[in-house]
Amino acid sequence: MNRTTHPILSMVLSRLGLGLLSLVIVSLVIFSAVSFLPGSYAAAILGQNATPEAVAAMERQLGLDQPWALRYASWLATAATGDLGMSFSGRPVVDVIGPRLANTLTLAAITAAIAVPLAIGLGIACARWRGRLIDRVLSTTTLASISVPEFFVAYVVMMIFAVKLQLLPSMAGIRNGMDFGEQLIRMILPILTLLLVILAHMLRNTRAAILSVMASPYVEMARLKGEPEARVVMRQALPNAIGPIASVVAINLAYLISGVVVIEVVFVYPGVGQAMIDAVRNRDVPVIQACALIFAAAYIGFNLLADILSIVSNPRLLHPR
Amino acid sequence: MTQDIPSPLVLEIENLSIEARANDSWSGIVNGVSLSLRRGEVLGLVGESGAGKSTIGLAALGYLRPGARVAGGAVRLEGQDLLALPEAARRPFRGTKVAYVAQSAQAAFNPAHRLMDQIVMVAVERGGMTRAAAEERAVSLFAALQLPEPDRFGRRYPHQVSGGQLQRAMVAMAMMCNPALIVFDEPTTALDVTTQVEVLISIRRVIEEFGVAAIYITHDLSVVAQIAHRVAVLRYGAVVETAPIGRIMAAPEHPYTRSLWAVHELSVSHEAAAGHDTGEALLSLENLSARYGDFEVLSDISLTLGRGETLAVVGESGSGKSTLGRVITGLKAPSAGRARYAGAALPERVSRRPKALLRRIQIIYQSADTALNPRQTVRKIIGRPLALYHGLRGRAREARLMELLRLVELDPAHADRTPGQLSGGQKQRVAIARALAAEPELIVCDEITSALDKVVQAEVLRMLMDLQARLGVAFFFITHDIEVVRAIADRVVVMERGRIVEQGSRAQIFAPPHAPYTETLLASVPEMAPGWLDRIIAARA
Repeated sequence: MNRTTHPILSMVLSRLGLGLLSLVIVSLVIFSAVSFLPGSYAAAILGQNATPEAVAAMERQLGLDQPWALRYASWLATAATGDLGMSFSGRPVVDVIGPRLANTLTLAAITAAIAVPLAIGLGIACARWRGRLIDRVLSTTTLASISVPEFFVAYVVMMIFAVKLQLLPSMAGIRNGMDFGEQLIRMILPILTLLLVILAHMLRNTRAAILSVMASPYVEMARLKGEPEARVVMRQALPNAIGPIASVVAINLAYLISGVVVIEVVFVYPGVGQAMIDAVRNRDVPVIQACALIFAAAYIGFNLLADILSIVSNPRLLHPR
Repeated sequence: MTQDIPSPLVLEIENLSIEARANDSWSGIVNGVSLSLRRGEVLGLVGESGAGKSTIGLAALGYLRPGARVAGGAVRLEGQDLLALPEAARRPFRGTKVAYVAQSAQAAFNPAHRLMDQIVMVAVERGGMTRAAAEERAVSLFAALQLPEPDRFGRRYPHQVSGGQLQRAMVAMAMMCNPALIVFDEPTTALDVTTQVEVLISIRRVIEEFGVAAIYITHDLSVVAQIAHRVAVLRYGAVVETAPIGRIMAAPEHPYTRSLWAVHELSVSHEAAAGHDTGEALLSLENLSARYGDFEVLSDISLTLGRGETLAVVGESGSGKSTLGRVITGLKAPSAGRARYAGAALPERVSRRPKALLRRIQIIYQSADTALNPRQTVRKIIGRPLALYHGLRGRAREARLMELLRLVELDPAHADRTPGQLSGGQKQRVAIARALAAEPELIVCDEITSALDKVVQAEVLRMLMDLQARLGVAFFFITHDIEVVRAIADRVVVMERGRIVEQGSRAQIFAPPHAPYTETLLASVPEMAPGWLDRIIAARA
């Protein structure tokens, strides 16, 4: 094989290309889906004043009288230049989504900074002391927390800390003027809920990934070389489990950006998920498109990172013969 | 070998019993075994799979596999009873006083770390060596074991090194701390014969040079004859006979030992061999080539296979013999050349072959474990080709199923079992019955007896020859085992790196003069008598 480019580089390039293609497909699907929904932006905004004439005039003004294929083509043309266009409300899409995205990213970053190390650490501990108390307790509780829907976790958390103990606010409606400390206090309950949701998933997968490697002959060989069990786990098993661990972490990080709609609604947190719901209600297509692209890009990006990590951690792929 | 002054005892296993859990009850897998080993001595442990060889070998390191427990006895390493110590106190002995060489170095080296890191680890962390001193010793061991580029060898990852080299690297790893005892657990079983010779020479050299005691576990009697001073024969977890190598090879006392010795000389009754040449070609390949990407795995292959004939294809791993089998079955399309079957052109791909043609060419794989669906019963596995090719159902299919089971000498009661409930030999018989169910004219057999014990192997081969005599089926028999070729082949094709280097009748191939590669191949097969390896070492010096 005369491979001239490095395996990582060629993988990243081809995956970026595929990612771009997926983004286009996602935008097309969302655009057509919204177009086929009954109702329109004009009808939604005008409400009771929605006479046929007024609706038609507004649609003409927004260009909604054009066939949808044509509208999609013109949206795609501007989006390709990096311009997400104007919301139907007249503000640039970037201004509508920007602050919301910042809120979502803050929430995601704090949650991830706590959840990822904690989940991996506890997962390793479960694998190391398999079948012991810590493993049994964590395996049971994580199974329970995975089985319960996330909004239920949110309400339980809210009931305990906001209603019974009255320690924290149940609403996480942060505003621009608030100082960061106040914002942080309001974010505690959503973060706690998200932690409970993603921790369990990552922990169980870390444990499973390590245990599957622990059955390998080279792990037995390490024991036969007299290596202590803790180091068998950390030095022999963990490096070979990075690939599967990275991919489950990637899915959960992407979820923190695109899947938290329900949590945002429960806690009235002004994130990008809420923005998308509002936009769908109003049929504000440019905003919907932008949100969908962000969500899709998060999935594609994190999975790409996970794939890179699993190649870097695997000498067989990093250093081909 | 025989010293006047007895050298000190290194290992003493006394009345060792080990139990393993099976379905909630404990059953003995090692039953009252006593062995002793002096400095510089090599003890061969032989027996069939399941005899408890590896369990005893691991017990010499004070190690038990999960699900096993000690029921009694002692394992004294230089006087210290390892089994009397808790696990944490046994650990420091491993890698320093007693080392282990695993069967498959490819699986036993961690793919995530460089070889040097793995080899020096114990010496640096517990052997009191500095990293630099340990690396220096490793490099000198690499040189002693004749590994290529000893200075740079350790920088590679396991996947960048060949199987034979990895096995020697593992010997180097075992020698790092100058242990008193090394346990070799089938160290050459996974290797080609020509590679096996190199590894055997290396093992012999380090044992003699460093005066280490060794347990050498193997099922291959001709290998143990070259390496061991004494042999203990195991059966059902107990020692049936222990004797010096010369005596046990020449005059085995116990009937079981004698039966092991007998099957080693594979003598499948094969009188029909000469009569198989019907002159009618069933399959003929002309100038056939095949490639994976840019790499040509088969070049210019031409051969013919007659009806009812056994054509043995021998060669080392990577010689392209399995690919050739895949080309014949249509799983891999050739890149050039022609194939004809029963007088007509053979479509290249399996998807282009009509069902009637598919029926006529069947394949059996090396590992019945992976070739049989573990969730299906034997009835379902064999029933499917009966329905697919012959439209049999209901009572007719059941009758044919029973007939096939009898044909492969399986108890009809096994029809309701799943592969997991059968032994290795029984599973391979099911795979054979599945191929026969199609009533083929040609069966491609890809190393089908390689995973079986000698005793079982002999039975399966004898059965195949019986089936051939009764059904007139032709075998395209892929193997790396010269003994098997000698036992069953009508004609032989010798392959090296994707080319045929020699082909002819069995008599022609095994009688000199040989092609140079055939010569190497034949010369690499260990003889049953001690001294064969000595002669090879002497010839090289």
